[in-house]
Amino acid sequence: MDLHLSKEHEMLRKMYRDFAENEVKPLAEWVDENEAFPEETVKKMAKLGMMGIYFPKEYGGAGADVLSYVMAVEEMSKVCGTTGVIISAHTSLCAAPIFENGTEEQKKKYLPKLCSGEWIGAFGLTEPGAGTDAQGQQTTAVKNENGDWVLNGSKIFITNAGYANVFIIIAITGVSTDKKGRKKKEISSFIVERTDKGFSVGKHEKKMGIRGSSTCELIMEDCVIPGDRLLGKQGKGFSIAMKTLDGGRIGIASQALGLAEGAIEETIKYTKERVQFGRRISQFQNTQFQLADMYAKTEAAKWLVYSAAMKKQNHEPYSMDAAMAKLVAAETASDVTRRCVQLFGGYGYTREYPVERMMRDAKITEIYEGTSEVQRMVISANLGVN
Amino acid sequence: MKAIVCVKQVPDTSGVVAVKEDGTMDRAAMATITNHDDLAAVEAALRIKDATGCKVVVVSMGPPPAEGMLRELLAMGCDEAVLVSAREFGGSDTYATSQILAAAIKKIGVEEDDVIFCGRQAIDGDTAQVGPQIAEKLHVPQVSYVAEITVEGKSVTVKRLLEDGYMTIKVATPCLLTCVKELNPARYMSVGGIMECYQKPLEVYNYETLKDDPLIDVDTIGLKGSPTNVYKSFSPPVKGAGMMLEGADKAAVDKLVGLLDEKHII
Repeated sequence: MDLHLSKEHEMLRKMYRDFAENEVKPLAEWVDENEAFPEETVKKMAKLGMMGIYFPKEYGGAGADVLSYVMAVEEMSKVCGTTGVIISAHTSLCAAPIFENGTEEQKKKYLPKLCSGEWIGAFGLTEPGAGTDAQGQQTTAVKNENGDWVLNGSKIFITNAGYANVFIIIAITGVSTDKKGRKKKEISSFIVERTDKGFSVGKHEKKMGIRGSSTCELIMEDCVIPGDRLLGKQGKGFSIAMKTLDGGRIGIASQALGLAEGAIEETIKYTKERVQFGRRISQFQNTQFQLADMYAKTEAAKWLVYSAAMKKQNHEPYSMDAAMAKLVAAETASDVTRRCVQLFGGYGYTREYPVERMMRDAKITEIYEGTSEVQRMVISANLGVN
Repeated sequence: MKAIVCVKQVPDTSGVVAVKEDGTMDRAAMATITNHDDLAAVEAALRIKDATGCKVVVVSMGPPPAEGMLRELLAMGCDEAVLVSAREFGGSDTYATSQILAAAIKKIGVEEDDVIFCGRQAIDGDTAQVGPQIAEKLHVPQVSYVAEITVEGKSVTVKRLLEDGYMTIKVATPCLLTCVKELNPARYMSVGGIMECYQKPLEVYNYETLKDDPLIDVDTIGLKGSPTNVYKSFSPPVKGAGMMLEGADKAAVDKLVGLLDEKHII
């Protein structure tokens, strides 16, 4: 067992860090304040291969591994949670399901555009009545006489929606009856392009954190797509969606990890400068113990995240690992950022310092791509506790 | 055409400058970075590669850990690297260094349409001498303080950045250009570049490799071959903050004269 990063991973970390410090951090406050999607940053990241990190070169990817991707999301999130989730949703929720379930034609058509950043990707599963209960889908896809699929319904809270060109959409394609005579929805997944007839992007959500991330509603009104846009086998959509979310959770766990690490870095710097009662506040044992606890928890989360990434890379089962990584990293991020604001005191509550933004950004990591409660369900089910 | 770029790994002087008791710099105690002007030279060469598809070879003289820096330059897009490293080369000043680097560049091979790039100067020594000395030893024309480069067949047109303006010069190849960091901010390494950089060729030239070149002689390389003796290294005293006087009228001039008079400068 080797817990050392390879030379390539060390070099990637250095590059990500330089990029984050010089290109992402200076914009983070503006992105948050103006709910601005950092389009230029995405273009710059794409040029460096960061929009298709772990996909093979033959599909336009950078040919690196899942850990390299995790580190990118982590380093960007240290300085800007919005930028971190843009990469995560694009990679894990759109490019990955196409790579893992697509036909050769689909992979050749979509992956080079996604990996080069020419196109941005998104994923539509959640509906007003189907959040954690993902089986409660209402969106339908019906095959017409020409062999095309006709989609009707709406999706909400879709990350990257306002800027995405291609969407993975989960929809009901029929109803089947099981052996016990119970009716069951047949769910399938599709690739929908922004320019498809009958497809539109609706209301933009105003959020507590990750405010630069574009979160919108998707509307499909008699949206006609060619028959070859079915992703994977008909009826396998729910399984594809769940597996996609397993991968997505590693990305969100990395975002949470980065937010916690970023907040700790800012707090260490601040507590060494801030003087109260004639001493730097870093000299108070409360500060020292708080930061020691926060750092230890964050390191523990990091190894869960990296371990899940390595298992995915090695094609080992990783669903439970991803759930544990996300649960621990997200709850750590929320706890750490909240405690960092406390150590900053009144200044931490202002927008003059980044920790309040980090605290707002951290909260969503406990909610999206499966709430912490869903992660506990996944973990306990894997333990056979039912 | 190919581009040969000389680069140096230097101590990061933005942090604390460590000086040993004998007055020489304690390089082992300081973090290392790629010299800023040299990165500008690499960027200039890579832009020519982007436009023409030419090969870019980076060469550095330094201890074995300098390989890490060369791998990073390969990850930025350079094609090949040469590390010039031998105990015999240690302690070289600018004269001896240029002897060795010129020999190494001859070994790499300079063809009719090649361009050799150097940074203007290194942040540790600040001499700006190595580039011009290499050009002299290779008998190729040199242009210093280069900010922009356009390649046209067997000549290059370059814009020199001078204190009071620009100078545009056309120079025949092969030639040596020393680059300034101001107008060529270096690109980042790319993810794909990093994944490939350990597969790209990196050759080590030691004393054995270069010893047959007439430039390499015990009296012209290393500490013995270096006419420069470092008397003392020290961190300069911290300068006080400057003062800005506003206005262009007589009152401002009077104030300035008063201040200079007060400090017995005039």
